[in-house]
Amino acid sequence: MRDSVGTVRTVLLLGGRSEIGLAIVERLVREGAREVVLAARGGVAEPPAALAALGAKVHSLEFDATAPDTHTATVDGAVALVGDLDVVVDAFGVLGTQADYEADPAAAARAAAVNYTGHVSAGLAVAARLREQGHGALVVLSSVAGVRVRRFNFVYGSAKAGLDGFAQGLADSLHGSGARVLVVRPGYVPTRMSAHVDPAPFPATPAQVAEAVSAGLRSGATTVWAPRVLAPVFAGMRLMPRPIWRRLGR
Amino acid sequence: MASQPERPVLLTGWGRTAPTAARVVRPRSAAQVARALAEAGPRGVLARGLGRSYGDAAQAAGGTVLDCTELTGPIRLDADRGEVTVPAGVSFERLIAHLLERGYFVPVTPGTRQVTVGGAIAADVHGKNHHADSSLGAHVRSLTLAAPTGETLTLTPDGGDAELFRATLGGMGLTGVVTEATLAVLPVETSYMRVDTDRTDSLDATLDLMSRTDADYRYTVCWVDLLAKGSAMGRGVLTRADHAGPRDLPPALRRDPLRHRAGSPLAAPPWAPPGLLNSWTVGAFNAVYRGAAPRRRRGEAQPIAGFFHPLDAVRGWNRLYGPHGLVQYQFVVPFGAEDTLVRIMEGLSRAGAPSFLTVLKRLGEGTGGHLSFPRPGWTLAVDLPAGLPGLGRMLRRFDELLLAADGRLYLAKDGRADAETVHAMYPDLPAWRKVRERVDPDGVLVSDLARRLRLL
Repeated sequence: MRDSVGTVRTVLLLGGRSEIGLAIVERLVREGAREVVLAARGGVAEPPAALAALGAKVHSLEFDATAPDTHTATVDGAVALVGDLDVVVDAFGVLGTQADYEADPAAAARAAAVNYTGHVSAGLAVAARLREQGHGALVVLSSVAGVRVRRFNFVYGSAKAGLDGFAQGLADSLHGSGARVLVVRPGYVPTRMSAHVDPAPFPATPAQVAEAVSAGLRSGATTVWAPRVLAPVFAGMRLMPRPIWRRLGR
Repeated sequence: MASQPERPVLLTGWGRTAPTAARVVRPRSAAQVARALAEAGPRGVLARGLGRSYGDAAQAAGGTVLDCTELTGPIRLDADRGEVTVPAGVSFERLIAHLLERGYFVPVTPGTRQVTVGGAIAADVHGKNHHADSSLGAHVRSLTLAAPTGETLTLTPDGGDAELFRATLGGMGLTGVVTEATLAVLPVETSYMRVDTDRTDSLDATLDLMSRTDADYRYTVCWVDLLAKGSAMGRGVLTRADHAGPRDLPPALRRDPLRHRAGSPLAAPPWAPPGLLNSWTVGAFNAVYRGAAPRRRRGEAQPIAGFFHPLDAVRGWNRLYGPHGLVQYQFVVPFGAEDTLVRIMEGLSRAGAPSFLTVLKRLGEGTGGHLSFPRPGWTLAVDLPAGLPGLGRMLRRFDELLLAADGRLYLAKDGRADAETVHAMYPDLPAWRKVRERVDPDGVLVSDLARRLRLL
């Protein structure tokens, strides 16, 4: 449970190998979190040494984003390990390349299942638990890619658009329950997952995203952008006429 | 039972930090309390009074919170025995008014009248007379406890279940729900205090004057200025008092010496911007407050409400701390550990901690409650904005100093300490747990504080 100076004790990371997710977890551990559950397919055999070095107890849990039937059990498993979930970071996803998706529609649908429908079942399972315990925050890693979907990565972007809308609706449904949802919209973040993508303007490092998340959790924000300048940038992008938008290379 | 809303209610302590949701029910009788305990869900039950604990002591996330403020009824004063029997939901506001009219006063009052009798016992509250009279628990002659097992127990300090009585004093509501208590009362001749005030110029002078003169008065307290710079840090306004007799009053007040004027409180604005209380505004307030106090005044007649409960004059003053809320840090260090006290005060001063209610007091003997806070030594209470950057880290450092000096934190004020720290500060915790396991084998009673500090 969050304490009176905003420190949390337990963190569950869905997508236990996500670089951004792990940066958020590390940040929360630096601020005082003591129990961490890293959930990923096959578990996380070798968790980052930094977490234990900072004094956190790290647990590993099996989590398959493509198996929605198992998501409630995953949440229950995390509760069995650490008790009440103070912060759940929903960070799993795949990026892929648009050209490959266009060549292989089935692969595109599988990616969309990870990036969207997987979050629907996992998000609802987490929300049910947070509602029951009367407190807690779900951090959802959305993306500016979903704010206005672009031609060059619309398979990924449309899934993020769906996720972003889902997370906002979930946040509203949890209003007054003691639980809350924080939607995070990073821009381009250089990580292993994005290594094959050309850099975009206004990049943010995983640590900067983590800092924004930490500040958002403390302030009670519903949405954070990383870097912050992306909020006004995308307010402008949304107004851009379609013929121009269509031609944007990135 | 009173209506049970379907929707959970968000609750915080007086510091307005870390809200959690619970189902709130309002029992009006001991029988309704017993029923609520019997119907406990998997997330447990907790009694709550007027919500003046600063942290998370009166919250139970996901569970059922019994708002006990309707657990009221007649107050029965027995003048021959010098005691009063009062339902647990009655506030000190009402109890004090009732007693003063009849020439009595409560044996101990905290700094606000806005606490219930049940809550005051659960926190084993202390007041300005702790050095002379100990805490409230020392004046509880008996109490009625609704236990989670369905039993109604009558507990006394030396009766059959003295151990459960001890566990309940300062037990933060985790041993049962107090439904009624009998307290010793103090006869008084007037509703006034005879107050001596002294202004000190340095921390050394403050500590010295308090050490030398504490025993001469029933009530003492010192307001200190941590924002003053250099050698002026820790300068203060020391007030010491006894109950006034009729002859201590000016003639105009002698006609009706027991008349109690609580006054109607001013309300703080419903919203304040974050950062309203900062080291500049509070520093200015401190300078004015101290400047307005006399350097030395003797025998001033002050109404009881003004002397004991100055903050009750502003309803909802906690809102002045803005949307992030406030944290109160209160600790005690044994006599002889003055260096730790001074180090923490200096640390707060260096951090520019804008506390406009910094209170220093000497405590006397404790009550023997396993989790009761007071013990002989110096206690300091500071109010800090919860949004102060680096606050968590600074307070953790202070916790370490306290541990090294055999000091402890007050659970009714805490919302942020970690479990290991508090376990080390309360060596009677294992004994308390044993008693608790006996009266609450299924773990029905629970609070956010208990979960955070792993008390159960």
